[in-house]
Amino acid sequence: METNENMPEKGHLDLEAFREKVAGQGGKKYWRSLEELADTPQFQQFLEDEFPNRSTLMQINRRDMLKFMGASIALAGLAGCRSVFLPVDKIVPYVKAPEELVYGKPLYYASAVTLGGYATGVLVEQHEGRPIKLEGNPDHPASLGALDSMSQAQILNLYDPDRAENVMDQGNISTWELFNAAVQTALTAQKAKKGAGVRLLTGAVTSPTQAGLIGKFMAMYPAAKWHVYEPAGLGNAFEGAALAFGKPVSTHYDFTKAKVIVSLDGDFLNPAEFPGSLKYARDFADGRRVQGKSGTMNRLYAFESMPGLTGSVADHRWPVKPSEVQSVAGYIASKLGVAGATGVLPKGVSATEVDLLVKDLKDSSGASIVVTGPNQPPQVHALTNAINAALTTMTGKIQIPAVSYTEPIEANVVAGTHSIQHLADDLKGGGVDLLLMLGGNPVYDAPADVMFGDALAKAKVAVHLTSHENETSAACGWILPQTHELEEWGDARAFDGTVNIIQPTIAPLFEGRSAIEVLAGLLGSPAGGYDLVRATWLPKMGVEPEKGWRKAIHDGWVANTQAAPVSPGAAKAPVLPTFPNTGLEISFRTDPTIYDGRFANNGWLQELPKPLTKLTWDNAAILSPSTAASLGLLQDEVIHLSHGGRTVVATTFIMPGHSNDCVTVNLGYGRTRGGSVACVGTDPETGEWDPKRWEDDGGGFNASALRTTHNMCFGFGAEIKKSDYQLDGLASTQGHSPLDDSRIHDERDVIRDFTYTNFISHLDERAKKDEEHHKEFEENNLFPDKVFEWDGPQWGMTIDMNTCIGCNACVTACQAENNIPVVGKVQVKKHREMHWLRIDRYYSEPEAVREDPNTIASPERNPLAGENPDITWQPMMCVHCESAPCEPVCPVGATVHSHEGLNQMVYNRCVGTRYCSNNCPYRVRRYNFLNFSDNQPNFSINTTPWSQRKIPGVLHEPKHQGIELLKMVNNPDVTVRGRGIMEKCSYCVQRINDARIESKKDGREIREGEIVTACQQACPTKTIIFGNIADENSAVAKMRKDPRSYLVLEEVGTRPRTSHLAKLRNPNPGIEALRRAAAPQPMEEKA
Amino acid sequence: MPKKPLNDVMITGEQSYASLDEAVGSMVLNQKRHKLPWYAMFLLGFSGVNVLGAAVTWLLYQGIGIWGNNWPTMWSFDIVNFVWWIGIGHAGTLISAILLLLRQQWRNSINRFAEAMTIFAVMCAGMYPLLHTGRPWVAAYWLLPYPNIMGVWPQFRSPLMWDVFAVSTYLTVSLLFWFMGLIPDFATLRDKSTNKVGRIILAIASMGWRGSNQHWHRYEQAYLLLAGLSTPLVLSVHTIVSFDFAASIVPGWNVTVFPPYFVAGAVFAGFAMVMLFAIPMRAMYNLKDLITDRHLDWMAKITLATGLIVAYGYMLEVFYAWYSANPYEFELLVYRRFTGPYAWAYWMLIACNVVIPQMFWAPVFRRNIFSLLFVSSAVTVGMWLERFVIIPMSLMNSYIPSANQPYYPTVWDFAMFGGTIGFFIMMMFLFIRFMPVINIFEMKVLLHDLMSKPPARTLPAEVPVGAGE
Repeated sequence: METNENMPEKGHLDLEAFREKVAGQGGKKYWRSLEELADTPQFQQFLEDEFPNRSTLMQINRRDMLKFMGASIALAGLAGCRSVFLPVDKIVPYVKAPEELVYGKPLYYASAVTLGGYATGVLVEQHEGRPIKLEGNPDHPASLGALDSMSQAQILNLYDPDRAENVMDQGNISTWELFNAAVQTALTAQKAKKGAGVRLLTGAVTSPTQAGLIGKFMAMYPAAKWHVYEPAGLGNAFEGAALAFGKPVSTHYDFTKAKVIVSLDGDFLNPAEFPGSLKYARDFADGRRVQGKSGTMNRLYAFESMPGLTGSVADHRWPVKPSEVQSVAGYIASKLGVAGATGVLPKGVSATEVDLLVKDLKDSSGASIVVTGPNQPPQVHALTNAINAALTTMTGKIQIPAVSYTEPIEANVVAGTHSIQHLADDLKGGGVDLLLMLGGNPVYDAPADVMFGDALAKAKVAVHLTSHENETSAACGWILPQTHELEEWGDARAFDGTVNIIQPTIAPLFEGRSAIEVLAGLLGSPAGGYDLVRATWLPKMGVEPEKGWRKAIHDGWVANTQAAPVSPGAAKAPVLPTFPNTGLEISFRTDPTIYDGRFANNGWLQELPKPLTKLTWDNAAILSPSTAASLGLLQDEVIHLSHGGRTVVATTFIMPGHSNDCVTVNLGYGRTRGGSVACVGTDPETGEWDPKRWEDDGGGFNASALRTTHNMCFGFGAEIKKSDYQLDGLASTQGHSPLDDSRIHDERDVIRDFTYTNFISHLDERAKKDEEHHKEFEENNLFPDKVFEWDGPQWGMTIDMNTCIGCNACVTACQAENNIPVVGKVQVKKHREMHWLRIDRYYSEPEAVREDPNTIASPERNPLAGENPDITWQPMMCVHCESAPCEPVCPVGATVHSHEGLNQMVYNRCVGTRYCSNNCPYRVRRYNFLNFSDNQPNFSINTTPWSQRKIPGVLHEPKHQGIELLKMVNNPDVTVRGRGIMEKCSYCVQRINDARIESKKDGREIREGEIVTACQQACPTKTIIFGNIADENSAVAKMRKDPRSYLVLEEVGTRPRTSHLAKLRNPNPGIEALRRAAAPQPMEEKA
Repeated sequence: MPKKPLNDVMITGEQSYASLDEAVGSMVLNQKRHKLPWYAMFLLGFSGVNVLGAAVTWLLYQGIGIWGNNWPTMWSFDIVNFVWWIGIGHAGTLISAILLLLRQQWRNSINRFAEAMTIFAVMCAGMYPLLHTGRPWVAAYWLLPYPNIMGVWPQFRSPLMWDVFAVSTYLTVSLLFWFMGLIPDFATLRDKSTNKVGRIILAIASMGWRGSNQHWHRYEQAYLLLAGLSTPLVLSVHTIVSFDFAASIVPGWNVTVFPPYFVAGAVFAGFAMVMLFAIPMRAMYNLKDLITDRHLDWMAKITLATGLIVAYGYMLEVFYAWYSANPYEFELLVYRRFTGPYAWAYWMLIACNVVIPQMFWAPVFRRNIFSLLFVSSAVTVGMWLERFVIIPMSLMNSYIPSANQPYYPTVWDFAMFGGTIGFFIMMMFLFIRFMPVINIFEMKVLLHDLMSKPPARTLPAEVPVGAGE
């Protein structure tokens, strides 16, 4: 049959025809596709037809049919060539399952996470190869089983979709091989100069392997320089030690021995300032644990500017400006007889009171500690060392003093900002050919006057190993993706020098490599992290190295590697610097949740309420009430804050207990690059700060921009000008609302706090009163107060408010354990945060100035109380009422009681009427107002159709080979709740059930202490105790019977299963008497 | 100023049976009677319905988070509007049932549209409890005690459960009552209609009514029975709605005075709404002979009476807050309501519900349509504010001081509220156009009674109310 192939009506059209048609098109034309160019029905059919040029299979002759079949079989075989032609499918079942693996049961691996270089031992909970939670390693000296919120939240960083994924060369995707080749070329060129053009910049390094590798590198290139910059490091402490002793040493405190502690701006309970804070917190709490009538309480005096965790639990607290701390230190030192020390107490600090403090210190010398923090200048550290030395030598009674010294834990101790300054100078001088930055973000967090960004541009080749593409990466030619600590082999020292082995619990999700692997590459001998770490430690493992190595991996730390104490010799009192002391002082502090900004892309930490301010998603210019009043500023006012000629736009936050004439700003905010959560306040297109985004989504302001080399911790002459911005700025989860005036009536018993002496002396009286209340309650009750009886365990919890330091570790633990979503600032502003556990902060006036010492009085009675109030922490979550008001009001029975006393939420049954929350007197129920936990793109948190806001950090399109990364962090034992569902604390029912299964398998009862709730586990001070209250010998039952134990809102008749234990304070009786005498006479009782 | 005489009869003007048919029936039969005001009002209502549709669609798509509800104020506009609408729906049944049983003949000219109001208001109200749930697609049937293989039943102790029964029963009985009353009138219109389609529809609606003695006998009995059924419902519905609050332990909610006080408030709001609707309608359709000033005067008196009960309720709330010595209750009721950040709402409520209705003591204000409209509007606003004061304001701060958080509504709260108002207006105006707005046959009976009896007083009676009686 004759066919003209150009005749379309035949239904046949082949490529020849197209070529002709295309060839016929003259001139310059653009087309988007061939289809557009040759858009004919026949072409469409050609495209869609599986067998072109054959209208049906019937037209195929036998030979062609066999050809097609042969081809099909061959193509089918290609599926076996994965990784050759097809992408590798990594989801494979265990062909050979790891030993001890039971599906659905987690495995725990000991590892470590670091913060500012210092390691904390952790146990990684891993489900089928997927790490989901970090818990403290109970055997580890820096953890003791607890873990701070920043370390816990690092699990979320692992699954951060914004992580650096590929090796990038000038903005193009490259490979490690190409990088190694390129860097070797550059290094070879340096060989001749002995590496004079090579600079290495790291953070604080405690890793022996890394230090060893850097040592080798420096040996290879002797003229190269290693710089260290840690924006929130311990440089001042080392420099101070050098001043006092002539050499840098690490200082260690033993709070178990401490009877009297004086904090000179030393927030030793704060993980962001003291690497050993978890251990310190445990020891401090143990030193004031009271059970029944017995127990002794240490006494804590705090001088600090911004109320911190330490100040919040101090028995006496004086708000002083950061620059005034040295005067206090000098005064105390002079009274203690430290040679050469002088000091005049600042205004507002009574000399009589401080004399009493000094007497207290002297009386318990050897068991007293004076501690100062990283925000104080080296001289104060030196002076503190001198004070401690004086106190230790005063009696000589104590064999091992409460303060000890070791060689520096860090491998390369640098003082302050000199190192980064030198690096910047070298860069500006053009002498740097190759800059290797292992981590860090100096463009963002280096002192503003160093102008590191400008300097970096001068580097000929800049290499940045980083977890996220941040401000610094943006200026670097090579960006290398860094592995997460859960993906790599490594080692690091804890605060006391103990060496931890970091082992991976998941294969790297991206192309990342660890710092030591990169260093090995630089040395020209690329090796895996395992080999590098093993090579460091195997020789040091004694007679049976393999056994020792395995034990170290199993335990997570190498035994007996604590740094040995040294005696640094006599401490000299330094010459204290003089400060200009003019104008408004500005104090820079690391952020209690996002640290120096390295956790800015972590939604859990962004939404974690900062301990004192309860702010989320933002930092603020924090002022005392009277300073704000004198400047004419109100809460939440947008201001221009200038210091040293630089200005940022900030929001005011008025903080009772803050020092006057001082403004505190937290570092870490105002990010312009580094991930979608970190940069919520900036326009993603332009990278510019956007007031509207800031108002809605947070992101804060960059306080580092006001920080200079000479004013790293605090500065003078800050200026505040009101701005024209009319923004509703801050999202605080508690207080600072028109309703909050801290009105706690005397009749209310939500909070109980007493001084220790008052508690003991009024114990019987109070017990009698309580008994009367009970009796009255029983008598007035219409119905017999009986609950379901069951001969089995009855779960209950006690919270000892006396030891709670408000550190938030429990909040993050709960979030990680129970798949609690992040909701974003705009939702927090609407009070829709989802944390099951909150730490309520209450202010009260000191007992000495109360009318009736047995009650909490409201500040309005005594205006002075608002300036420096006492602070009480009250962790609050579902108290599992035996007679729960939420249960009868649910129309569908979605919240019901278990026979073991749990108030249970049945998510599947919940229809979301929210009546239960209304009827909950504790307000501990949380509602999914929107689809907070789902990552589906269809459901964002837009509350208006025209806005395109997304939950920060929630992935909206499948990236990363189709895996929605953030979902991987979810705990498979806990239901992920959808929209419209009520949720609340379950007492970690999944852990209860797990223990029940285990006990049934063994045919026994559940053991005391077998169930540990997530909050209890994370708590560094053992504030939370969970267990069976039906078992009279259990710890929880004993705590419940403690005379301090009370049931919050018991008068409502809810019969909570969680009881709180009253807070005790241990003020100095002398100071107490002085203050009582000086207190303003109470106003007339209101009519 | 001399008192304005009030024509003391329930029907004025030269009226015959035919003129009554004409006055009311022509509103249905002669569609030309509906002029610009009708179209304007319908358009207003229809726009509101569109807003409602958008608001509900967006709500179902996104969730409750589009509203301003927060932690701890989990209920706000949703339940405020629910209670408000249910309250408005109270006048109709009260007029139809209780006044029928009390043989108050003046109810005859207002019962029909008051009942229609009830039904539409309950429809508006009914949307809220369902849509305010987080998952309405399951709430729609999980709250019902239907047998299922899982053996899961609703929680019968929950007041929300009782609400489901109370509101659905109320809607059903009101609908039946309304429709039964309409049957003889549909038959009248069927007979009068000249339009074929209209006749067929009316014939179906009149269910074969021929007006035989037997029909009338059955009708009277059934109507009386339904009236007997509805009477307790008038009291029970709002009593049960008040249990949503009274049965809780929330300070400001847990008050035993709530049931009677809510019922009185409902009648109060309901009569205000009846007046707000009746006054413009009788002007628009020239029905002043059937809905006379005397009717308005009676309604104003009931409004005043129920308003005083409500005011007594406010006093008792405060009294109990003090007398119970419950610090939470006292703080909330006295401190927060009187001086808190939302004190304006409370004082406006007192102004609207307590102060302004006192105008009705003076006959001059009961007979002036402007003052009537003013007071009715004030009461309608005041009753909304009352629910606002009770519901979100009690939730904003209760036992735990750390959980005190303010509440602000969003545009969607207002959209949904405005939307239901639009729905109500649209339904009412459709009702005016397609159904007899006044009970024709009862008016005829009334006319018959008035004409057959020797007049007790000379007509037209120029006797001022309250002066000569």
